[in-house]
Amino acid sequence: MAKIDIGPPDYRKNLHPVIEENYGQWKYHEKVKPGVLKHVAQSGAELFSIRVGSPRLVSIDFIRDICALADEYCQGYLRFTSRNNIEFLTGDASQVEPLIEALKAKGLPVGGTGRALTNIVHTQGWVHCHTPATDASGIVKAVMDDLYEYFGRDDLPAKLKISLACCLNMCGAVHCSDVAIVGVHRTAPVVNHEIIQKGTEIPSLVASCPTGAIRPDPKNKSVAVKEEKCMYCGNCYTMSPGMQIMDPKNDGVAIMVGGKVSNARSAPSFSRLVIPFLPNNPPRWPEVTEAVRNIVETWLKHARSGERMGEWIERIGWERFFTLTNIPFSEKCIDDYIFSRETFRTTAAFKY
Amino acid sequence: MPEDRKTPQLDDLEKGPWPSFVTEMKRAAEKNPAAGDLLGLLEKSYEDNTGHWKHGGIVGVRGYGGGVIGRYTDMPEEFPHLKEFHTMRLNQPSGWFYTTDSLREICDIWEKHGSGLTNFHGSTGDIILLGTKTAELQPTFDEYSDAGYDLGGSGSDLRSPSCCVGPARCEHACYDTLDMCYDITNEFQDELHRPMWPYKFKIKMSGCANDCVSAVARADCSVIGTWRDTIIIDQEQVKAYAESGLDIQREVCFKCPTQALEYNAETKELTVIPEDCSRCMHCINMMPKAIQTGKEKGATILLGGKSTIVKSAFLSWVIVPFMKMEPPYTEFKDLINRIWDWWDENGKTRERLGELIYRVGMGTFLREVGLPPVPQMVFRPRANPYVFWQEEEINK
Repeated sequence: MAKIDIGPPDYRKNLHPVIEENYGQWKYHEKVKPGVLKHVAQSGAELFSIRVGSPRLVSIDFIRDICALADEYCQGYLRFTSRNNIEFLTGDASQVEPLIEALKAKGLPVGGTGRALTNIVHTQGWVHCHTPATDASGIVKAVMDDLYEYFGRDDLPAKLKISLACCLNMCGAVHCSDVAIVGVHRTAPVVNHEIIQKGTEIPSLVASCPTGAIRPDPKNKSVAVKEEKCMYCGNCYTMSPGMQIMDPKNDGVAIMVGGKVSNARSAPSFSRLVIPFLPNNPPRWPEVTEAVRNIVETWLKHARSGERMGEWIERIGWERFFTLTNIPFSEKCIDDYIFSRETFRTTAAFKY
Repeated sequence: MPEDRKTPQLDDLEKGPWPSFVTEMKRAAEKNPAAGDLLGLLEKSYEDNTGHWKHGGIVGVRGYGGGVIGRYTDMPEEFPHLKEFHTMRLNQPSGWFYTTDSLREICDIWEKHGSGLTNFHGSTGDIILLGTKTAELQPTFDEYSDAGYDLGGSGSDLRSPSCCVGPARCEHACYDTLDMCYDITNEFQDELHRPMWPYKFKIKMSGCANDCVSAVARADCSVIGTWRDTIIIDQEQVKAYAESGLDIQREVCFKCPTQALEYNAETKELTVIPEDCSRCMHCINMMPKAIQTGKEKGATILLGGKSTIVKSAFLSWVIVPFMKMEPPYTEFKDLINRIWDWWDENGKTRERLGELIYRVGMGTFLREVGLPPVPQMVFRPRANPYVFWQEEEINK
């Protein structure tokens, strides 16, 4: 019988010889050009990393194709990044340009390093998720096509990290991204008593509602929803398929901006809601791509060098963000959930 | 899917410069009928503006309670190959380092047993094998296990830990993130494969405060590399940066969050006020040849990070300002075990660690887990005087 509990493969067996020889002995790095990093070790050895965009949802033949490239130019060594880019690794400077040419020939974009737009972290969406309010891969493709030029440059004011979650479970660091695209529902779940009766644990379901909008309905051996209390988070649907929350007429996406995870210059911060709703409009979601482009280009135009989206906004003030982007401010942008008080502006020192 | 089924909306997503996932689905569909059905199902979703997957049932492999996510379409008559279309998660190697041989091996095994579609990678960090039948789960796992691969976590367990590129390439790494990730994953295989907790638990390891794996946002326990002494400045290299045109005063000194840097434009010397430096990484990022991390390295432990559902997204907060982080990581393992015991004992169903601490209060958490309160845990102390006093602190 196959062994269990063996754990992941030993990463040490997968390290490029230059990495093995200089492990923990790196001195500095340089950004050679967009998509190409050069790390230099104490020994003087050099390691080139060529970063390449990927759709994340890939066939095994795609993987085999990039393996063929890694065999030819990188002695068979490569890695993936935390944002689903591919990094080809080589110690040989002369391999860099030929590899880039070969990647271009395959239609694979080189970039995403330094002050660039990098890959969009995203989830399964309609491809595989049971709780999506939108698709993931489709919007990512549409937005990356629209903002493509910014992947292959590294002269933006700062890094630009866009992330997408197909529902509020937000599988990925969507809640701390420069631009976050989040699938949202706008209507309360429809209770299917038959499904609830079949096997839903009612106390757990009732407890799962953050606003207490669900109560037992003994007459129907089921539950009932107080619609005014429901904020359509969908947690009840995760608990029971009988709480049917997908609503094709009303589901869509929200746009949040200004988050970051790094500690550099300013503490990590959340993305904040600026556009409460845009409709699902497959295959290209033009309302979404337009809204994201508008936000990105306003930032490009006005931010000072080194300012992430959120740092730019905090400096100019959120009021000026809404003015400059021409995004209408609605009461929906003002928090009314449990940590709301910390967001209210308790100072008269604002801008007009 | 039926031969005559067209996918005009998905076809449109093959156009444009960014590599197309639709192209990838079609490649897989040439060899595999389930991938073909998936194209049809996705097109249907694009027509209907809604998902077509049911809640997963419990499926798995012998000896494990997680690692497999059950998935069934709600349209099995139209897409028979998606009647059962489960995901298997393979635990990735630290830092997502691969040889082409290992990747090809993963592909070859998957080709035999599943749809041929993958995610490199899922958000937690695992390799996602997207779509296979229930009957294939055990044989697939058996073949991967024989080849040296294991499943990752899913459900109310320890999810697969992940880490940044660390000392394999990065000069900023303050501890061996790759080794720690590998060590911790192997140490806690039981917790990873057999869900037994109130809910999921994620550990992520970043080598420095740049936090390239977003540990602070995504992990119940974030390990962020740092140092205890002072940054090291090479004045020759500072001069070189100044001469290359970098505006050190504006781009580096002004942006220091604690005004700890002073630059003399005449002598082109940069000095740090050591006790004022908060180790945010900005100056090091700007001048990697001139400024290095300190020598007394270790990590900060933060707890509580999670996504929006249910009580809002949380960022992790500091619990241990500095811990040496060297193999076999005994101090860390001891702490994490105490934390798990306490959370398991006190957490409600589906209550994340951060939500539990928020509910019962930091005082209770620190006392019961056995951690000293330190000011680094808060941005600022409380603004209300509603303090709980313990019995032994009161005069009787």
